[in-house]
Amino acid sequence: MSDQLSTEHLLGIKDLTPEDIDLIFRTADGFKEVLNRPIKKVPSLRDLTIANLFFESSTRTRVSFELAEKRLSADTVSFSSSGSSVSKGETLVDTVNNILAMKVDMVVMRHPDPGAAMFLSRHVNARIVNAGDGTHEHPTQALLDAYSIREKLGRVKGVKVLICGDILHSRVALSNIFCLQKLGAEVMLSGPTTLMPRYIESLGVRVEHDLDKALAWCDVANMLRIQLERQGGDGVANFPSLREYAMLYGLDLERYQRIGRDVVIMHPGPINRGVEVTSQVADHANSIILDQVENGVAIRMAVLYLLAARIPRSTV
Amino acid sequence: MQPVTLLSSKAFGLTVERLCHQLIEDHGELTGLALIGMQPRGILLARRLRHELQRIQGGEHLQYGELDITFHRDDFRHRPTPPAPSMTQLDFSLDDRKVVLVDDVLYTGRTIRAGLDALLAFGRPASVQLLVLIDRRFSRELPIQPDYVGRKVDSIADQRVTVEWNEIDGQDRVLLHSQNA
Repeated sequence: MSDQLSTEHLLGIKDLTPEDIDLIFRTADGFKEVLNRPIKKVPSLRDLTIANLFFESSTRTRVSFELAEKRLSADTVSFSSSGSSVSKGETLVDTVNNILAMKVDMVVMRHPDPGAAMFLSRHVNARIVNAGDGTHEHPTQALLDAYSIREKLGRVKGVKVLICGDILHSRVALSNIFCLQKLGAEVMLSGPTTLMPRYIESLGVRVEHDLDKALAWCDVANMLRIQLERQGGDGVANFPSLREYAMLYGLDLERYQRIGRDVVIMHPGPINRGVEVTSQVADHANSIILDQVENGVAIRMAVLYLLAARIPRSTV
Repeated sequence: MQPVTLLSSKAFGLTVERLCHQLIEDHGELTGLALIGMQPRGILLARRLRHELQRIQGGEHLQYGELDITFHRDDFRHRPTPPAPSMTQLDFSLDDRKVVLVDDVLYTGRTIRAGLDALLAFGRPASVQLLVLIDRRFSRELPIQPDYVGRKVDSIADQRVTVEWNEIDGQDRVLLHSQNA
């Protein structure tokens, strides 16, 4: 059992060891208990300042990170790209260095470009937490997904997880594949051929384009959101219509009941109700969609706490 | 150097029993009293006290909880690795309740300070008392003193006190280890 992360930044699941993930989960258990106290706040990070830089829109992840930081007593500043000097032509490194000049210790960043977090970690003197970089990785989402599976089923190892939907544009899918595999789960992907990256099998995952066959195989079905904003220029180009997508790859109650087993239903949000899942499925007793959101705060607290532990205390 | 036995198995049992009687002497029926063990080692003493109190008095008058203070420690980022959390189990409000905090060894007082801080998240107790099995005198770094003490020990900084429990180590005893003479 390790008691310290092997990395200084959280750029992607790819950099984490299975021991790191286990440590994050064990720490999150402690924070989950804190979040159920009458006063949901601990003083651990009160001498640290965290900047939340969101260069791409986000509600859930941003609120979740901000809450996690406040529950840890960190000082926080947040900004989103609209209305900032980014729109005035400033480079990413300049923007962040200006913020760091105001003595910020950690940066939580979401950015539309893959690799932005990695780039930043090499040029800026602060701990970086990747909150999603384009179509690359979204590590905290994958951690909270795996943590929610562990909570619901008692284990992750050996669990069969289906990830269905827009795999091509999904950082959630990529981070989930890495995370689940490191923890010993089996992963199958499903979705239209146009939204399935070529050679994705080289990551050691199975691909099954028939959703019913895939559902018959899995213990957990993670139904990804169709990213309308990332489809071809005028809305939808990778499949003929949302209605057809919903018919072939949407999970409605009838299709769910045909499985005949208690398959756990997950969705990273925000849900397009009636597209990926219908309301009856999203609100089903086997759906852990809201548990995922709740666990997100505990997981992010654990990540920030463990990364902060590696920041040397200033000796001034 | 051989460790010195501070409490043998027999003395250990007598001491725990005495602590129970002192609690009963001060708090009567123990109604409304909250016994709270500090994770990770104080809970062993707290569980033992609870068991003994039930044996002596019968019935279930007192409230019982276990408190983890990891996130309230004052040495976060002062030590090379972050302390690992244990579980807190405290499913009642401490508002207007008499609380007895229980730990195995009182040394610098820093753990108890963190414990007092952590308690505040569960309400405003009427009073808080401290019960420890071993009080290492003259080594306090904060103005914290116990109300109930099993055994007082005069020790120097490079000595170490270990409390062994039947449940974990096979026998009840307290040892004082010296680095080397």
